[in-house]
Amino acid sequence: MKVKQVPLLAVENLTTVFDVAPRPVVAVNGVSFEIRKGETLGLVGESGSGKSVTAFSIIGLLQPPGRVTTGRVMFQGRDLASLPEPEMRKVRGAGIGFVFQEPMAALNPVMRVGAHIAEALVVHGLASKGEARSRAIDLLRAVKITDPDKRVDDYPHQLSGGMRQRVMMAVALACKPPLLIADEPTTALDVTVQAQILDLLRDMKKQFDLSLLLITHDLGVIAETADRVAVMYAGRIVEQGTVREIFHQPKHPYTRGLLASIPGGTAGSRLRAIEGTVPNLASLPPGCSFAPRCGDRMPVCDTAFPEVTTLGSEHSVRCYLHPSTPDSRLPTPVGVQQ
Amino acid sequence: MTPLVEVRNLVKHFERGGGFFRAKTVVKAVDDVSFVVNEGETFALVGESGSGKSTTGRCMLRLVEPTSGEVLFRGQNVLGYSNSQMRAARRDMQMVFQDPYSSLNPRMRAFTIVEEPLVIHSIGSKPERRERVADLFKLVGLDPAHLDRYPHEFSGGQRQRIGLARALALNPSFIIADEPVSALDVSIQAQVINLLMDLQDQLKLTYLFIAHDLRLVRHISTRVAVMYLGRIVEMGGTPEIFANAQHAYTKALLSAVPATDPDAPRARIELDSGQVSHDAPLRQVSEGHFAAV
Repeated sequence: MKVKQVPLLAVENLTTVFDVAPRPVVAVNGVSFEIRKGETLGLVGESGSGKSVTAFSIIGLLQPPGRVTTGRVMFQGRDLASLPEPEMRKVRGAGIGFVFQEPMAALNPVMRVGAHIAEALVVHGLASKGEARSRAIDLLRAVKITDPDKRVDDYPHQLSGGMRQRVMMAVALACKPPLLIADEPTTALDVTVQAQILDLLRDMKKQFDLSLLLITHDLGVIAETADRVAVMYAGRIVEQGTVREIFHQPKHPYTRGLLASIPGGTAGSRLRAIEGTVPNLASLPPGCSFAPRCGDRMPVCDTAFPEVTTLGSEHSVRCYLHPSTPDSRLPTPVGVQQ
Repeated sequence: MTPLVEVRNLVKHFERGGGFFRAKTVVKAVDDVSFVVNEGETFALVGESGSGKSTTGRCMLRLVEPTSGEVLFRGQNVLGYSNSQMRAARRDMQMVFQDPYSSLNPRMRAFTIVEEPLVIHSIGSKPERRERVADLFKLVGLDPAHLDRYPHEFSGGQRQRIGLARALALNPSFIIADEPVSALDVSIQAQVINLLMDLQDQLKLTYLFIAHDLRLVRHISTRVAVMYLGRIVEMGGTPEIFANAQHAYTKALLSAVPATDPDAPRARIELDSGQVSHDAPLRQVSEGHFAAV
């Protein structure tokens, strides 16, 4: 039995609302998860599931009309959700680093590569301007950029997509944060470059003793990188578990559907698609948001969103197929189980 | 197997830059590409961005004019066609584009978008066209009650269905699908792929499927050509390519696909570009399997 340690990050009942007309939209709805030291949590979901908004809420970079209405984000003993902006600024970069999907949009086109890294170091008082350049070169070497002493003077447009993502990683790791949030870090990249960046992420995790929140829609990326997985649908985490539990014993019909819709199996056979479309957050059904697309829909599914059922030490699900009282548990339906 | 489309020595060079003191640079986007697409099959062109796969597809429909080469459609070289001949030929060869958000005119109703090819080719009276478009809507799984909606009122997957309905309006036999599902969510991708396969059965379509997702290609294509820097470096039956890749680039590409099993062993093969001879011709490895090694 492992000793229960205090998690590095604990998100508790986080709710983020966008105040838009005609009525506010709840983009993140009562989300809770933890990230322990040294582990990678994969947050997976489709567009509009709220996975990126969750990340922005954690690091306090939500733009109005978005705002966190309830919940806590406990990081190193402090609640980031109630931290004033000047304090928050110290956490960003030094406590939590982040890498986004579009490195070209995240890098300043008129700043040299080295200046991006130096800025992070100087702002957090970790290096003088004089030292910053050599530290920048070291970091570029760490993220495996060839000729770092030449590349440090390049502008972002002179680099390829994969190189830019490496530079983003160097910026994010400059202040040696214990936690890195990577939001779709490989989505805009070609598959061979994606593989290199994923290898680099794993490598950096070891080298910098990092914990990682990896946000992606690609289950392949999750399978290769994550220790635990949280599956988001329409603003809520519907299933959470170890990577093996999620891939080998998925319980939520949505998780099963996602796994089944990955091409594989017999060539030319029909894929097991999830019918219907991703719901509009502004007009969610009263019960379970997945019910309209669910093959196992029951009358109870339209009443209220199901509560969390704990299935194991790591595995939990929100679905009426798995009610929390064991004696009323329904037989596992035959369906899309892999 | 009857060849439907035959591409011979297709070349497309783009000239770039060139100023008062600077020479032009030539980008060889498509560099001597040849392949055959047989009737009723799904032939996949795979490669990464910049490999020339989309340009190849566009050259075949003359959406961009190739620099040289031949594209034979039912034995006729379409590159020699006049504009009016080409317009007539396009009735039989259509394209579905990647991005259903930018490929549909936001100011046109779905009905008008799908009807347009019929108008251009003066097919049917107005009520007949309305009926035909409604049938096409049903064919691709859209509700004919939504004929008069605008593109923004549809989801991404539905928009891709509109693009497909438009491509099918003239009863083509050959469809070039350029990354038709890569802009869609995972759960929606499978729906569109199923639809493409159903339509192929129902309408006896031949597909050229341009994609970077090897899992998808493996699932739906009968034969595959792998493009790298404007050239085909390997080509053959899909199971053969996936089981027995010969070219260093194909091997690297296959090994880079993330496994969807957390317990699957990871064996990444890195491409050493020094290893790849850019001028090696395609040679036969086994029956129907060619590689530039």
